[in-house]
Amino acid sequence: MARMLMKGNEAVAEAAIACGCRYFFGYPITPQNEIPETMSKRLPEVGGVYVQAESEVASINMVYGAAGCGARVMTSSSSVGIALMQEGISYMVGAELPAVIVNMMRGGPGLGSIQPSQGDYNMSVKGGGSGDYKLLTYTPGNVQETCDLVQRAFDRAAKYRTVVQVIADGIIGQMMEPIEIKTVEPVQYDDSWASKGWDYKTGRGFDGQERPKSIINSLYIEPEELEVLTHRLFDKYAIIEKEEVMYEEYKTEGAEILFVAYGSVSRIVKNVIEVLESKGIKAGLVRPITAWPFPSEAVYNAANQDSVKKVIVTEMSAGQMLEDVRLAVRAIKPVSFYGRVGSQIPTPEEIVDFAIADLKKDEEFVLGGR
Amino acid sequence: MGVVFQKTPVLTDVTLHYCPGCTHGIIHRIVAEVLEELGVAERTVGVCPVGCSVFAYKYFNIDFHEAAHGRAPAVATGIKRCQPDRIVFSYQGDGDLASIGNAEINHAAMRAEKITTIFVNNCIYGMTGGQMAPTTLVGMKATTAPLGRDSDHYGFPMKVSEMIASHDGAYYVERVSVDSTKNIIGAKKAIKKAFQYQVEGKGFTFIEVLSTCPSNWAKTPVESIKWLQENMIPAFPLGVKKDKGGEA
Repeated sequence: MARMLMKGNEAVAEAAIACGCRYFFGYPITPQNEIPETMSKRLPEVGGVYVQAESEVASINMVYGAAGCGARVMTSSSSVGIALMQEGISYMVGAELPAVIVNMMRGGPGLGSIQPSQGDYNMSVKGGGSGDYKLLTYTPGNVQETCDLVQRAFDRAAKYRTVVQVIADGIIGQMMEPIEIKTVEPVQYDDSWASKGWDYKTGRGFDGQERPKSIINSLYIEPEELEVLTHRLFDKYAIIEKEEVMYEEYKTEGAEILFVAYGSVSRIVKNVIEVLESKGIKAGLVRPITAWPFPSEAVYNAANQDSVKKVIVTEMSAGQMLEDVRLAVRAIKPVSFYGRVGSQIPTPEEIVDFAIADLKKDEEFVLGGR
Repeated sequence: MGVVFQKTPVLTDVTLHYCPGCTHGIIHRIVAEVLEELGVAERTVGVCPVGCSVFAYKYFNIDFHEAAHGRAPAVATGIKRCQPDRIVFSYQGDGDLASIGNAEINHAAMRAEKITTIFVNNCIYGMTGGQMAPTTLVGMKATTAPLGRDSDHYGFPMKVSEMIASHDGAYYVERVSVDSTKNIIGAKKAIKKAFQYQVEGKGFTFIEVLSTCPSNWAKTPVESIKWLQENMIPAFPLGVKKDKGGEA
C-alpha cells in the first residue's frame, strides 16, 4: 500500500484488515469510534463480518465465540469499555484463545474524560480480570508503529494462543500521520483445537482432519487440572518474556538523566532531551514498546551507567509504569516521577523545569498542574 | 436378539451429574436426538452456560463452547457469524438467561441471529443451591426469599418467551414442558422445528422448556412434576408464541 496520511484509529482498522483480520465485534465509545466505523465499512468489502454488539460485555464474548472457532478476530474500545471486557478477557486467557484488543485510552477513574490518558497501564499489565494471567501488551508511540504493532499482535496472538493488547493514549487514535500499511500474509499456526464442528462417527473435524472433540472452556473444577492449566500458561509467559520484549533506546549513552516514558509522552520527552542538551545537560530515554513483558533489563542497564544521576519516569497517569521502573532499577539510582493526570498533556517546558530542579534533589513524586 | 432401542450416539457415555428427578437429562436427550435425526451433529457447535448445565459439553458428542454467565447468545453469535453454514445453539437456564444474560438474549433475538436457544426454566438457581431467580413464582420459597417471593419487594416472574416473541427478529418461539409423555413428545417436536428452521437459514429460534428442580424445591421427583403442572404451567402458559413459518 502506498504512503498516505491517515488518522490513527482508521489506520488500526486498515492495518488489521491488511494482515487478515476479518471479524470485528465492538461497541461505540470515544475516542476510538473510527475503528468500528472503518471496520463496518471495510470488512464487508473484503468478505469479513462486522457486528455492533449491545455492550462491551457482549462484544468480548462474541470475540470469544469467533476466536474459539479459529477466526482472526479483534475488538477495540477505550478505558471504561475495556474495563467491562475484563471478565471476557480472563475467560479467553483461560480457554487459550487468540484475539487482539486495542485500547485507545481516555481519562479516568469512572466516566473520566474523553481526552487522552495513560491511566490503564495497571489494568492492562497487572491483570484486569480475575485469576493468574498476563497479557502481551504493546504501547505504540506513533501511528505507523501502531499499525505495525497491531499486525504483530495478530501474529503473536495466534502463535501463543493468547489475547494480545495494543494500548495507546487517545492522541494516537485521533491524530493523522503519514503511514504505510504493509500487506501481511498470516502465518498459519495449528488450529486443530478450534471448535468448527466434529463428526462423532469418524472422529474428524469439519475440515476432515482427525482430532478429538473440541471444547472451548476455562472451567477446571478439579484443582489439579486448574494447576496444570496455570502452569502451562506461565510456561508460555516465560517464553514471551524471553522472546517478545521490545523497547527503544534514545541517546542513553553517557546520559546524566535517564527518562523512561512510552506512547505520546515519549515523543514529548524527546523534545525535552533536545532542550536539556542545549542547556548542557545530557539526557536519554528508554521507551518501552512492550509494557508486558517490561524491558526491565534495558532499563536497569541504562540506569546502571556511572553517568546516570537520576531516573525520571513521566506518564499521563499518577505513576503506574513507575512501579515497574522502580522494580527494574532495583534502587541502584534514585527514581523520580513527573506525571499529569485528568487527561492533561505535559508540555516539554514543565518536564525540563522539573528535570533541572530534580537533579539537585532526592527522589521526587510530582503530579503537575497545581 | 438385536438391539431395538438405544440412546442416541450424539450423547456421550459420561454419567450425567444432574440430581435424581431433574429433567435436564430428558432435554439433553431431545436435543441430541434432534441433531442426529436432522443429520447435522457433525456441523453443530453448542454453547453451554454457567448454571446446572455448565458441564453440558461433556455430554454431547459435538464441539462445544463453555460461555461466561449469561453470555452464551453473544458467544453463539461470534461462532455463527464466522461459520454461517454451521448449526449453533445455546443451552441456558433461567438464572443465566433471564437475569445476568437478559441483554445478550434479547439482542440476539433483535438481531435475528440464525441460532437456536434452548431455555430451561425451573424457577430457581439450581447449581448455586436454590436462590431466587427472575422466574421464581410469587410466594415460592428460595434460599434468598425464605418467606417466599414477595411481589412488593421482588416484583413478578419474568415471562421470557413472551418477551422474546415481541422482537421482530424472533422467527419461532414456543414454550413447552417435559412433565408428561405427551408434553415430552411436544417438546421434541418444537425443538426439532427450531433446528429445522435454522438449517433453512431462518431467523432466531427459541424454545423455553419448563423443567423441575426436586433438590432445591425440596420435593420428590413425583411431587416436583405435580408442582410444575399445578403451579408453573398456569404461570407460564405453554404453546407457540410466534411462528413466522406459518404453522402457529
